[in-house]
Amino acid sequence: MIALLNRDLRLAMRAGGGFGLGLSFFLIVVVLIPFGVGPETSLLGRIAPGVLWVAALLACLLSLDRMFALDFEDGSLDLLVTSPLPLEGIITVKAIAHWLTTGLPLVAAAPVFALLMSLPANGYFALVLSLLIGTPALSVIGAFGAALTVGIKRGGLLLSLLVLPLYVPTLIFGAEVARRGAESQPYTSPLLLLAGISFAALALLPFASAAVLRVNLR
Amino acid sequence: MASIWEYANPLKFMRTTEAALPFIGWAAALCLVCGLVWGFFFTPDDFRQGSTVKIFYVHVPSAMMAINIWVMMLITSLVWIVRRHHVSALAARAAAPIGAVMTLIALFTGAVWGQPMWGTWWAWDPRLTSFLILFLFYLGYMALWTAIEDDDTAADLTSILCLVGSVFALLSRYAVNFWNQGLHQGASLSLDKKENVADVFWYPALVSIAGFVLLFFALVIVRTNTEIRARRARALLARERLG
Repeated sequence: MIALLNRDLRLAMRAGGGFGLGLSFFLIVVVLIPFGVGPETSLLGRIAPGVLWVAALLACLLSLDRMFALDFEDGSLDLLVTSPLPLEGIITVKAIAHWLTTGLPLVAAAPVFALLMSLPANGYFALVLSLLIGTPALSVIGAFGAALTVGIKRGGLLLSLLVLPLYVPTLIFGAEVARRGAESQPYTSPLLLLAGISFAALALLPFASAAVLRVNLR
Repeated sequence: MASIWEYANPLKFMRTTEAALPFIGWAAALCLVCGLVWGFFFTPDDFRQGSTVKIFYVHVPSAMMAINIWVMMLITSLVWIVRRHHVSALAARAAAPIGAVMTLIALFTGAVWGQPMWGTWWAWDPRLTSFLILFLFYLGYMALWTAIEDDDTAADLTSILCLVGSVFALLSRYAVNFWNQGLHQGASLSLDKKENVADVFWYPALVSIAGFVLLFFALVIVRTNTEIRARRARALLARERLG
């Protein structure tokens, strides 16, 4: 499993296109927002938590279709499925690799981008914390969507139609934590709910993804 | 002892439902006409809402159906996963567009009612938002059905999506409550509550709800049987090509 994780990470870093892309996309969205709504600092600061969350979510979505599609095309997915590892484990590892290459950089870069959006100073901790806890759920849910659409040619658009509604609860709680943080309100309860979604998704969704992948490889 | 699983046989299902279809169809038409005419013309105007209250006879039944059709799809998907009866998967497929249309009707009539009453076509109220999300789920479900060529694969994938989607739709439903700014009124048709609407509104509403339910049954039967026939025709063509 560690070997698989290493392989996926190395592929993502070296094959190009995957790694920095999500981060650049995140940056572009954040840069575009002030062009759209105007550069007023107070307005930007107010919408910053939500915008940053939506941007992170879209950046996550961008690299999802590569998660299984590349392995599916060159046949290594078949090899992985016939290996002694349980398929659920393989999917979890792939989701973790996806998170390490897209989610974690987003979390690390979020404070810088929050600066661009002039987030109030006391919101940084809550924003980073909510992204840190929430983005794993995005990767795991995305793995389910990627497994659903793996056999479909040009499934990217369908993938976003399927995955985005599933992202709604994570987004609501994540953005709520970040917003309350920025407004210096207590945010324990949405944070706990967000963590609940993340852990539940991590624990349960790989089974659904594995079932779906087995159907697709039949 | 006749069991419900006998109707898993497409032939038996088709024979029974085709026989019942005219009755269900006419009953649906009768209930809809009665309920809506009664509701529109023979009930008093509400003292605060005026005649806008009458849109309620379309809004409430379609909103109820929008949710219940998803539940029906959930059940038929489960039946497909567990017992692999094709009729069940096809019924789920047949129900999805009807559910999407019902959601749209509920959203549209709600907007038309909300404009004069709340002063806005749309508000990010928990109920409204969760209906919009439900509509997105219907769209995704139907898109997945059409995207996959192999029938059994499509049935498997969509039914798992339906199961996972149900959990997330429910989560979203309660997540949006977090905003805590409900504009929409609470339940007013429950059987045991005090704050129910008055009987003059309640009976025609009941009739039109029955009409919507029957209409849904009739449409699902027609669509499922069409699907069974289409599949049979495809099988015949394939056999001819082989033979």
